[in-house]
Amino acid sequence: MSQLRVKVGLGSCGIAAGAQRIYDHLELIHQKNPEQWSLEKTNCIGICYSEPLVHIEFNDELYIYGNITPVGTEQVIESFLQHNTPPSAFLVYSSQLPASENDFINNQVKWALKNCGIINPEKIEEYEQMGGYQAVLKIQKWSPDRIIDEIEKSGLKGRGGGGFLTATKWRLASKQTKKNKYVICNADEGDPGAFMDRSILEGDPHGVLEGMIIAGKAIGATKGIIYCRAEYPLAIKRVQIAIEQAREKNYLGKNIFGIRGFDFDIYIKEGAGAFVCGEETALIASIEGKRGMPSKRPPFPAIKGVWDLPTVINNVETLVNIPSIINKGAENYARLGTEKAKGTKVFAITGKVKKSGLVEVPMGTPISTVIYDICGGTADGNKIKAVQLGGPSGGCVPAHLLDTIIDYDAIIETGAIMGSGGMVVMDESTCMVDVAKFFLTFTQSESCGKCTFCRIGTLRMLEILEKITSGEGEIEDLEILEDLALEIQSNSLCGLGQSAPNPVLSALKYFRDEFEAHIIDKRCPALQCSALIRYEILADRCVGCYQCRKVCPANAIESNDRRIHRIIEENCIRCGACYEKCRFDAIVRS
Amino acid sequence: MHIEKNTNKNLQSTECQIDISALETIIKDCKGVSGGLIPLLQRIQDQFTFIPRQAFKLIDKELNIPESESLGVATFYTQFKLNPTGKYTIKICKGTACHVQNASKIFDAISEYLQIKAGETTDDQLFTLELVSCLGCCSLAPAIMIGEETYGKLDDRSVISIIKEIQSRESK
Repeated sequence: MSQLRVKVGLGSCGIAAGAQRIYDHLELIHQKNPEQWSLEKTNCIGICYSEPLVHIEFNDELYIYGNITPVGTEQVIESFLQHNTPPSAFLVYSSQLPASENDFINNQVKWALKNCGIINPEKIEEYEQMGGYQAVLKIQKWSPDRIIDEIEKSGLKGRGGGGFLTATKWRLASKQTKKNKYVICNADEGDPGAFMDRSILEGDPHGVLEGMIIAGKAIGATKGIIYCRAEYPLAIKRVQIAIEQAREKNYLGKNIFGIRGFDFDIYIKEGAGAFVCGEETALIASIEGKRGMPSKRPPFPAIKGVWDLPTVINNVETLVNIPSIINKGAENYARLGTEKAKGTKVFAITGKVKKSGLVEVPMGTPISTVIYDICGGTADGNKIKAVQLGGPSGGCVPAHLLDTIIDYDAIIETGAIMGSGGMVVMDESTCMVDVAKFFLTFTQSESCGKCTFCRIGTLRMLEILEKITSGEGEIEDLEILEDLALEIQSNSLCGLGQSAPNPVLSALKYFRDEFEAHIIDKRCPALQCSALIRYEILADRCVGCYQCRKVCPANAIESNDRRIHRIIEENCIRCGACYEKCRFDAIVRS
Repeated sequence: MHIEKNTNKNLQSTECQIDISALETIIKDCKGVSGGLIPLLQRIQDQFTFIPRQAFKLIDKELNIPESESLGVATFYTQFKLNPTGKYTIKICKGTACHVQNASKIFDAISEYLQIKAGETTDDQLFTLELVSCLGCCSLAPAIMIGEETYGKLDDRSVISIIKEIQSRESK
């Protein structure tokens, strides 16, 4: 075993940032003297803001280099080999850096992400070395009730957004007497801005498989299905490899661990692109080959699911927690968190934040801790306006409530939801009306069309928001928006419709003044809604270079005899081309 | 700028010159597989880049699934195309992070450069333009996917140079 281990983070986002080119380059130079160091693959560790990432293990110390090129990586490796010292350029994580630099990793508590970015997801042996498949071994002789009791003790709730107790679902399915039952892993991660499930599937596919095997044993199912978005080709590939490896080692298939009757196998179903299929009953319809439309519950899937058989549907993050809970003990998991929300939760943090990426923290952590102490606050030091939680089904938590703790009930009190863990940080340059419109555009186009209020009501709401952002809103519109929102919430069958108005309602609750500024003053305070932005040329700054006039598509700029330019207000189509073009900061927006 | 919705999906599927025997083989393969309609349509699309009109008739004949049902399924999911698509599908992410980082500008730049709207294909059959919900590469926003490759941290210029590179590679 060589002393220097180099691992390249090959998650799909890492690859997009150039990690594959780094790996290919290193592979070539590695061939020259393979004894000196080893080259391996791993997945994303969650430091998304510095991708591509290269992990180097040297003398039992971990160094992570980021934002790095193939040649840069080569130089780093040379420095290790020749001088035995870690170069400081590109270094993003190391115990030698000041502690504050490492907050992003060190302030996290990893249960679900424990293997992501640590092991090579394409090698089952590495998963086994981390204690993989030991949980299946441990429960092999347990009764279903004992397994479910253990999960109940952990307090684990559905991490996909439902927040329903996992053990309750399992117990219901376990009581059914039908011979055939199903375990489904819901990997149809559709919330824009959430990518933890992709990362877990890519980085720790065996963890998800092991969770499913345990679920199968607990409810008495012999078949598992992973329903995964087709937009995640790498995740599908890695899970496929994992399934084949697990079959070879008899962790999947007939008589697992040689125990007669302990049968369980898993196959993958690719989703075909419909957000609503994240909803349990729609997902079942889709697996059965039908249009993915939700149906009425009860009967719950645990009683009557796929092909009318008892079916347990768990999200990726929920399942990957199961082996850890069995291995490390339910009481240790339950020790983390609050009274009603136990364990940890993974968040995908994006938007105007300094360090974006995947963060796993214990329940009960204040949102502000995640944003400031882990992610370093906003990128350019701007003031945070709000944090959006729960994607298109959620809402925003305004700056003054950022000390709210991460807990299902506490977040609902603010008007947002925990959701699947998308967290979008917004600063003063984000227009809340525009964000509300954005989410509604999404849910409106993803509505399956079954319920009238969801189908047409969301469209009417969207039209009103379009009206407001284009400067034609009237103050009565706000009342109509609220009325429609309440009707949609109470007259829709599934979660998509019931929660579709949430982003608008929560924006209205905390940022009504922004809506009013759009309607009454015809102005967008965040300068995002193009129809409401006015451009002006400052005469004392204009040098008369004619660039703005050349680029104006509407002939809305004239110049006087001193070649100082002026915008003709009535001709201006507010495209902003002149503003982008001016190199002298002579054009201002208001 | 306003992102146009992907609504111009032509429900009139095209009856093109296709290899009927290949289609028949795929469909007969799926006989007796329950829930197989979506994987079947996915396989047909893999073969032809879209689902030709003849497929629905054949599915009716061979698998006894009415055309109304299979067409209903095909039009429900955004993945299925009823018209030939270009060699490369450009998927522009309109997820939250990309939206906040000005994805619409990327869309406008490509749309103007290739002179096609969302859902359309260029005359040379090289590119199809699509808007998709989150690609899950939020830290690289704004991001797009061309074929199976993901590109991130783009602006209106870099995205055009990526497309130009593909164009010049293809013209050789």
